[in-house]
Amino acid sequence: MKLRGLLFGIATTLAASTALAQQPVKIGMITTLSGPGGYLGQDIRDAFKLAIDLEGGKLGGVPVELVVEDDALKPGQGKQIAEKMLKTDGIKILTGIVFSNVAGATVPDIVDSGALYVSPNAAPSNFAGKECNANYFVVSWQNDSLHESAGQYATNLGYKKAFILAPNYQAGKDALTGFKRMFKGEIAGEVYTRLDQTDFAPEMAQIRAANPDVVFQFHPGGLGIAFLRQYQQAGLLGKTPMVLAEPSLDATTLKAVGESALGLSVTAHWNSDFDNAANKKFMEAWTKAYSRAPTYYASQGYDAALAIASALKATGGKTDVPALRTAMAKADFQSVRGAFKFGPNQHPVQDWYALKVEKGADGTPILKTTGTKVLSNHGDVYAKDCKL
Amino acid sequence: MSENAITHTEASAPALGRILALLALAIALIALPFIVKALGQPALVPLATRVLIYAIAAASLNLALGFGGMVSFGHAAFFGIGGYAVGILYRTFADDALFLGFIPGTDQLLITLPAAILVAGLFACIIGALSLRTSGVQFIMITLAFAQMLFFLFVSLKAYGGDDGMTIRRRNALFDLNTRDDVTFYFICLAIAALVFLALWRIVGSRFGMVLAGIRQNERRMAAIGIAPYRYKLAAFVISGMGAGLAGALMANYLRFVSPDMLHWTKSGELMIMVILGGVGTLLGPLLGAAALVILETVLTSWTEHWQLVLGPILLLVVLFTQGGLNGLLARLGLGRSAP
Amino acid sequence: MTLVLEQLLNGLQFGVMLFLLAAGLTLIFGIMGVINLAHGSLYMVGAYAAAFAAAQTGSFLIAVLAGLAAAAFIGMVMELVVLRRLYARDHLDQVLATFALILIFNQSVTLLFGRQPLFVSVPSALNGSVQLLPGLTYPVYRLAIIAVGLLVALGLYLLINRTRVGMLVRAGATHREMVRALGVDIRLLYTAVFGLGALLAGLAGLMAGPILAVQVGMGEQILIMTFVVVVIGGVGSIRGAFFGALLVGLVDTSLRAFMPGLLRQVMTGSEADALGAGLASMGIYLLMAIVLLVRPKGLFPAHV
Repeated sequence: MKLRGLLFGIATTLAASTALAQQPVKIGMITTLSGPGGYLGQDIRDAFKLAIDLEGGKLGGVPVELVVEDDALKPGQGKQIAEKMLKTDGIKILTGIVFSNVAGATVPDIVDSGALYVSPNAAPSNFAGKECNANYFVVSWQNDSLHESAGQYATNLGYKKAFILAPNYQAGKDALTGFKRMFKGEIAGEVYTRLDQTDFAPEMAQIRAANPDVVFQFHPGGLGIAFLRQYQQAGLLGKTPMVLAEPSLDATTLKAVGESALGLSVTAHWNSDFDNAANKKFMEAWTKAYSRAPTYYASQGYDAALAIASALKATGGKTDVPALRTAMAKADFQSVRGAFKFGPNQHPVQDWYALKVEKGADGTPILKTTGTKVLSNHGDVYAKDCKL
Repeated sequence: MSENAITHTEASAPALGRILALLALAIALIALPFIVKALGQPALVPLATRVLIYAIAAASLNLALGFGGMVSFGHAAFFGIGGYAVGILYRTFADDALFLGFIPGTDQLLITLPAAILVAGLFACIIGALSLRTSGVQFIMITLAFAQMLFFLFVSLKAYGGDDGMTIRRRNALFDLNTRDDVTFYFICLAIAALVFLALWRIVGSRFGMVLAGIRQNERRMAAIGIAPYRYKLAAFVISGMGAGLAGALMANYLRFVSPDMLHWTKSGELMIMVILGGVGTLLGPLLGAAALVILETVLTSWTEHWQLVLGPILLLVVLFTQGGLNGLLARLGLGRSAP
Repeated sequence: MTLVLEQLLNGLQFGVMLFLLAAGLTLIFGIMGVINLAHGSLYMVGAYAAAFAAAQTGSFLIAVLAGLAAAAFIGMVMELVVLRRLYARDHLDQVLATFALILIFNQSVTLLFGRQPLFVSVPSALNGSVQLLPGLTYPVYRLAIIAVGLLVALGLYLLINRTRVGMLVRAGATHREMVRALGVDIRLLYTAVFGLGALLAGLAGLMAGPILAVQVGMGEQILIMTFVVVVIGGVGSIRGAFFGALLVGLVDTSLRAFMPGLLRQVMTGSEADALGAGLASMGIYLLMAIVLLVRPKGLFPAHV
């Protein structure tokens, strides 16, 4: 496979060098825009577009054209779109997938065909370890590290007894594993909820009965909204503290949850109030362009664009994949999260911060960075299995 | 179920026009990879492969649904089981382990496909035997219930990827062919689809098919002339499930990936929609329906992100203003004889 | 002990929500013979309309009225424009048409309200918890849902069994042709029944707003469960929908609450939790399969 990819790369170099320099480089974005998870893909796409617009239709000084298609959270659909982008449109740089199951069906095809894939979100463990690939980059995080940071933070805060919950699917199980890897205390209860569950009353009763020091839960999107509302309605908010990782409470779900989230501790690799030049530029542009608060998905979409820009700049706009990936691995761009580099498996090595939900200036709850670093230069446990 | 469907298929001597039309369809399908390559659209080959695989699944469902009058809302279960049979055999092969302690893995298409058919048939036998004790709406719902149970089973099977599914790094091998090549794989699927449609045509035209049609129209009358409807219906249901399992096995090979998504009730719904869209109880209707739905989705998603707002009304108009789906529409436009 | 009692209350509350959806669905199913997959969309319409009205006016009362009115109105328009043409068709055409409606509803809501879930607050009068027994506190809002659900059940019982409209509905379910022959405007009756079903779905949606996430696709999540209730209870039977909903609510809740604990007696912790969750997910489908195998027409068949 590797050899084939290499040959493919050489062939495309030849093709690319003959192409006109003026022609924009096409970037394919396969993302989820319909259904309950649609807002995640929307934020990734809008932020990516923003990065292009800020450069006046260019990335790294190279004119680009973004082709976006909706995978509707169907693995087959994602693969179909990838086939078309790779074979008919001859696209060499792809990005955008939100969900792990779409990535599972789509990413192997992309990297095997010799194209570059830059993940702005999904990063399942199987692509981080043994099956890592030179053409596969992740700018977000490895799934486990999200929850490892929460486990570490719960330990740092001195909690001894944790009650942990997640939906009964792979990402949920990974979440609880990740949390337990870093949490030094005792687990008072471990509950797997259901992926199509909307009512969490039985779980609330179990939490109350177990009377833990802290609750950790992983419920992305709408599940998290329902969970937090019911946590407050059950009278647990303010009584039992909760630590969670960012997927369970992003800016959008925070807006929908409202005051039911006050006082929660969140761990994240990015927040809208980060004090660095890149983030200030991003926030200013975003606020101007869109009338909603950016989620961390948006920051990842923006960073994916910057990473691609850095690679395009280095190759001078040539879509020569080996050259592109050598340039990309240097991570020569200013991430909105601050320090950023790629580990040996081309997944991020980055810092994790503690956030707190507080009342903002206008009274609505906002996520505020507390200034505490939870983990520094944190990679993932799968990197050691990756032989690149 | 359009009542004239059965008379179509019963026609003993196929009209010359129909033979010519079938021939034209066969030539078109064989020439397709070369034509699209000449047009510079090589991605259409995998698209056509996907259509063929869904056509196999939908045509199999149609045996139960259109010819047997059993509205199964759970055929995704067999589709998914077929896929997981391939996935689990491949995983066992790759790990050089034994599944359940005694079944060795394999990556040979000639073994995985029959295995998938067998396992899907086994499940169809159990689910069918229980479900056929009910009828009507209750049958629809009980098949759904069994499919949902299997869906949740695979979601919680961590060893096989759970909800994230599992990747099959290489397609199954068939002789010395390069199955990774799109055109080769297309022709494999085309050959299998042709066999399936041929088999279904023979089944529908056989004595078994006649009895099945009789049961659909009037179960009590058939019972009165000494035929046990239950056995015939169960047999048809099992064959139908086996076909869906075969399609699932091909899909797993095509995607090089299986996930519980294949067993979700929306997948059952999609298969049903393909059958209805193409024309219930017609032989080639499911092919037409699968092609229409897959191509529409692909074209519309590349055109607008609000594709559902276009697809919805199109589907609605098809139901409201055509009798018997696209096949019926073609028939009324005077082209009907082309699609038996 | 209070834990068991609390879980029973939770099951009751969940069952009541399911009943509101199932009541409309079973009427439409039983009387008009229509499988309406888009029933969940009406639930979504109710939730969105109420959330939108609440955000605009800040008044809970106006939100309730808006949710009810929007769901009933959209429901009746749906009946007049689409479903009316499908009564004579078989179930398959209805499935395809109502599936198409789901696509249209979901995408329209996305266009109108965006992809971000909406915020809905619990009305201040119903915020907080009360102590029912020593050691058992329960959210007021959930108690209110239970009360509303039981009142609706009583109201429907009286409507169906004690009024002229109810008589027509019952007659329409069993002897459609005869009712028409007697000169009853069956089309008007159908539209009215559909409107009532939509209204109840909207009521469930607007009450769910403050507890769950108001988002695109929320209807499909609960739709399948509603079908399970209708089939377990017996198609076309309000009584069946009521008892079916309570049964499903209680079984589902107690399985989720107690199954992992029971399994933990015989196996290690995290394995028991994962397996228990899996079994609990399958639970209600298993329940439905068993009920149908024992009583193929459901627990309370409307007409044999």
